[in-house]
Amino acid sequence: MAGELASTRAVSRTFAPVRTPLLIPTWVIIGFFLVAPVLMMLAYSFLTKEFRGGVIWEFSLAAYDQFIFDRGLFGDEPPQIEWTYIVIFVRSIIQAAVATLLCLIIGFPTAYFIATRSPATRSMWLFLVTVPYWVNLLIRTVSMKFLIRDNGPLNEALMGLGVIGEPIALINTDFAVQLGLFYSYLPFMVLPIYASVERYDFALSEAAADLYANRWTILYKVILPIVWPGIVAGCILVFVPSLGAFLAPDLLGGAKNFLIGSLIEEQFKGNAGNWPFGAAASMILLSLVLIALFIYARRQARRSAQAA
Amino acid sequence: MRQRINIKRYPGFLPVTILCLVVLYAPLLVVMVYSFNDSLSITRWGGFSFRWYMEIFTGPESAKFKDAAWNSLTIALSAAVASTIIATAAAVAMVRGGAFKGKALNLALISMPIMVPEIVTAVATLVFFSAIGFTLGYLSILVAHIVFCIPFAYLPIAARLQGIDGSYEEAAQDLYASRFQAFLRVLMPLMAPGILAGFLLAFIISLDDFIITNFIKGAGIETLPTAIFGAVKQGIKPDIMALSTIMLSVSILIVTLSYFISRYGRPGTKAEA
Repeated sequence: MAGELASTRAVSRTFAPVRTPLLIPTWVIIGFFLVAPVLMMLAYSFLTKEFRGGVIWEFSLAAYDQFIFDRGLFGDEPPQIEWTYIVIFVRSIIQAAVATLLCLIIGFPTAYFIATRSPATRSMWLFLVTVPYWVNLLIRTVSMKFLIRDNGPLNEALMGLGVIGEPIALINTDFAVQLGLFYSYLPFMVLPIYASVERYDFALSEAAADLYANRWTILYKVILPIVWPGIVAGCILVFVPSLGAFLAPDLLGGAKNFLIGSLIEEQFKGNAGNWPFGAAASMILLSLVLIALFIYARRQARRSAQAA
Repeated sequence: MRQRINIKRYPGFLPVTILCLVVLYAPLLVVMVYSFNDSLSITRWGGFSFRWYMEIFTGPESAKFKDAAWNSLTIALSAAVASTIIATAAAVAMVRGGAFKGKALNLALISMPIMVPEIVTAVATLVFFSAIGFTLGYLSILVAHIVFCIPFAYLPIAARLQGIDGSYEEAAQDLYASRFQAFLRVLMPLMAPGILAGFLLAFIISLDDFIITNFIKGAGIETLPTAIFGAVKQGIKPDIMALSTIMLSVSILIVTLSYFISRYGRPGTKAEA
């Protein structure tokens, strides 16, 4: 019955003749103010830099070259691999991956716990997990900075309880950045996992238990493979924004923890920047994100093809 | 029955959930508490007071905060209205437009603001605006906000529309309602909870934005997040905590409101429960 209804809904095409005028505002606004700017960045990444910030309209691969090779101060030495920027990208990828893992370790049990509550209390739990997400990200990050700073409430409380003798240096460390990213994007992990655990049929767990599987075997061999798409979705939803994050590294990480976001920002602030180089870094970041999304979309497509 | 209950539960999952909530709420609660601290030092508790709230509204920086709040609210309101209208039109075309060539491309276009990393959008918009000679200021912030609010408004609106049976507007048209009348008098009232949810989402997303705004605002104009960021660079002061507390209370209020609206408006909530 529900399926029949859904199929009649899907073919409803009452507004098909006015489709184009309805979509024109979207094309104009997103096309002109997002697609065009991104294409322009792509073009800029192949231009020559102007020294006061800006570009000269002359084709050049210098920006990408600078990213990978060190050719000395005057560009005439034999090229050597320039590790600075590669390291920044690798570090950003590692930070985002650790943050994603942290979200998964905390987020999976939370999502599972919520999905196994009674329907009446479920939405209340979900609400509790998602509310902080709607608080301004800057305010959340500043709050985290306030909480974990050297003589902040966390250290004072731990010292007061006698857990630690002297303040733990949390702020300006990699862990602080990961904690900040975790804090920023946790609901993105919980929600898709929750959605797939909620659809999971617990009769399967019972069947496995009848066959003498213990609880953890059931989790590992039965539940995890079935809710896997939700886990992958959650990981992508956390990893992608973490990769280009700016606030958590800027406010919680020190100068040592320079990540992609800050690298790009620096090229466009003030007059010292190198626009083509910043544009190239942006395009590399965008490509990484699109590759991640593309892999995810293909997996989804294959899954729905299998289901059909 | 006894066995099923045991099988579903995993020891340790409740403590993890509680830890999760503690991590999520502790920073916010600490800032809320310290915003009432009657002491110049942010580390020592000097008794309860409203002095930092007075400070925001009457202190030397109050004019700056007032301007920033005004900018933030008017931009968020305008961006939410504009993006909700654009998203509603797009949702009707996408959900009720039948199958058409380029549908996937259109969906990709609508979700593009979510997919492109914010920092890339920020610098690309900055470079583009300066190339076409668009003066940076209030208007440039508004335009950029409309762009990234569109997908957030679109999602709940399209989801709601997908749940509405097509026979309603078909019946209206059979009774000689024009397409526009069928939309205005039949479909739109049915879509109202989704439209409202999309509007509120867009409003919060606009209010929340820091990165894009910070790049394209130009000199001499601030929104609340950019003003806070500027102030925090010199250290977290108690008045910033009071301002943050007000902002986070407003956000939580709006989210709570939309939570109850969507619960109330969702069809078949009772049947599901």
